[in-house]
Amino acid sequence: MGEFIMNILEALFGGGKTTVAQQIAYLQMDLLKDIWETLYSTVLATLFAYVIGLPLGVILVAGERDGVRPLPRPLMQALNIIVNLLRSIPFLILMILVIPLSRVLLGTSVGTVASIIPLVAAAFPFVARLVEGSLRESDRGVLEAAQAMGCTPAQIIFKVMLPEALPSLITGFTTAFITILSYGAMSAAIGGGGLGSLAINNGYQRRMTFILYVAVILLVILVQIFQSLGGWLSARLDRRINRAAKKTRRPRPEKTGIH
Amino acid sequence: MIELKHISKVFPTADGDLHALTDVTLTVNDGDVYGIVGMSGAGKSTLVRCINLLERPTGGQVLIDGADLCAMGEKELIRTRRSISMIFQQFNLLMQRTCLKNITFPMEIAGVKGEAARKRALELLDVVGLPDKADAYPAQLSGGQKQRIAIARALASNPKILLCDEATSALDPKTTRDILRLIKDINRRLGITVVVITHEMAVVEEICTHVAILDHGHVMETGTVEEVFSNPKTEAGRRLVYPDRVVIDQLPAANVIRIAFNGGSSYEPLIASLAIDCGVKVNILGADTRNIDGRAFGTMLLGLPADPAEAAKAVAYIKSQPDVTMEEVRDYHG
Repeated sequence: MGEFIMNILEALFGGGKTTVAQQIAYLQMDLLKDIWETLYSTVLATLFAYVIGLPLGVILVAGERDGVRPLPRPLMQALNIIVNLLRSIPFLILMILVIPLSRVLLGTSVGTVASIIPLVAAAFPFVARLVEGSLRESDRGVLEAAQAMGCTPAQIIFKVMLPEALPSLITGFTTAFITILSYGAMSAAIGGGGLGSLAINNGYQRRMTFILYVAVILLVILVQIFQSLGGWLSARLDRRINRAAKKTRRPRPEKTGIH
Repeated sequence: MIELKHISKVFPTADGDLHALTDVTLTVNDGDVYGIVGMSGAGKSTLVRCINLLERPTGGQVLIDGADLCAMGEKELIRTRRSISMIFQQFNLLMQRTCLKNITFPMEIAGVKGEAARKRALELLDVVGLPDKADAYPAQLSGGQKQRIAIARALASNPKILLCDEATSALDPKTTRDILRLIKDINRRLGITVVVITHEMAVVEEICTHVAILDHGHVMETGTVEEVFSNPKTEAGRRLVYPDRVVIDQLPAANVIRIAFNGGSSYEPLIASLAIDCGVKVNILGADTRNIDGRAFGTMLLGLPADPAEAAKAVAYIKSQPDVTMEEVRDYHG
């Protein structure tokens, strides 16, 4: 039985310099490490992207002329320009542009940890826009009510805007996480590790077709898991859904891609 | 006491300035239920938002117990706002918080600690008649229930003033009556001054003690509800009080008077007794009466007989009646 399957796999993916059996042996050695590297670089990059992007998104909404805490217009314009600028640079080029920054911050520009820097640089403006979008959905009437009750601008932001937008923020977080996951795969180009590197360096460049497919399928499975998890959590925490009445959740438009 | 002095509000728009309010002066005394009525676009919502400075007036003063809100710094304004509550047409509850947490919200921002706030919120749930909804989320409630929670939330900060911005306009007639009754009850029991913004005269009739009629950003007339309803002095007032009234121009009579009933028992015996006691037959050209607190208010347009002697008899008789005032309709042209 096992031999039969191996024969089929050899017929499908063999023919290169390495047999499927050799590729499987290679995967047994490295696959867990690659999955781990993909996960931790994605998690860390998402975390740092939110550390910068979340406050920035809040400022983009609250600092507007009719926002809860208007900020000087030149400052708002500058922030918008920075966000748009970073979002308009293709990721592959951005990775090269931030090499000096990685050297300064980490002492190296190569490796999985170093790949986090360009990921954060590309993702935080995207995160800021996602957060901005979520907060803009908030009901102006509720903000007005909070203002009428004598909330300070900080109280409106932390006790009204952010908690009320929580389900939408989680949906945005899921989108950001998945986007960063897929961009992380590209960081193999600057020596980052993980499933992307497995697919590009081994699967593609060394013609280990079986490994290429395994890496891609694993990425797809990871994306599915996180998307489902995020969707479930967002719906679970959304108190606007009247569970007793079994109303279906209204679909949210999905935003994709950093650019 | 709320004193609005010469309030104006101008919104700059692409097509020039929009004068939402012009020289609005009003006084609302403590304990009043003050109605501000007008058609859509009359500036009512802008006006009520000027009272707590959600809208900053372009000119004029907003005095709450003598203190000018427009002159306050941010901190002082925020402190003052905590004594002025507001409820809205769309309720504006926090959808991600339970009802209890919605009611504790104003206390939370004012620094009232957990258990005390919780206890007060539970009391307020009782006051608004929803003691079992503490852990429900607003999405699980009907419109009327949401407004009750909003009222409980409004009361949480022990306000001196409650502003109601079209608070019943999204509700069905029965729920509207229940909510109005609750507001009236709160006014009586807690002595909270209430300002009611509405386009429905029925709301004013139901709960207000005083009323101001707003038209195109101007206050047309003010007074007690009895005064304004029984005898509106301006065209805007008449349009609101008698929306279906007969247009005078179309009436086929030579000598027209308008009589107003100021709370007598009923209008019908007057016309009947006029015929029986004086032998004068008058023509009822139009009538609009309503029942406020069990008393009759309203006006009636009467066409008098062409004979001046008979007409004078009728006028003298009507003038002798208690609770009835009379005026000639001079703008009549047959």
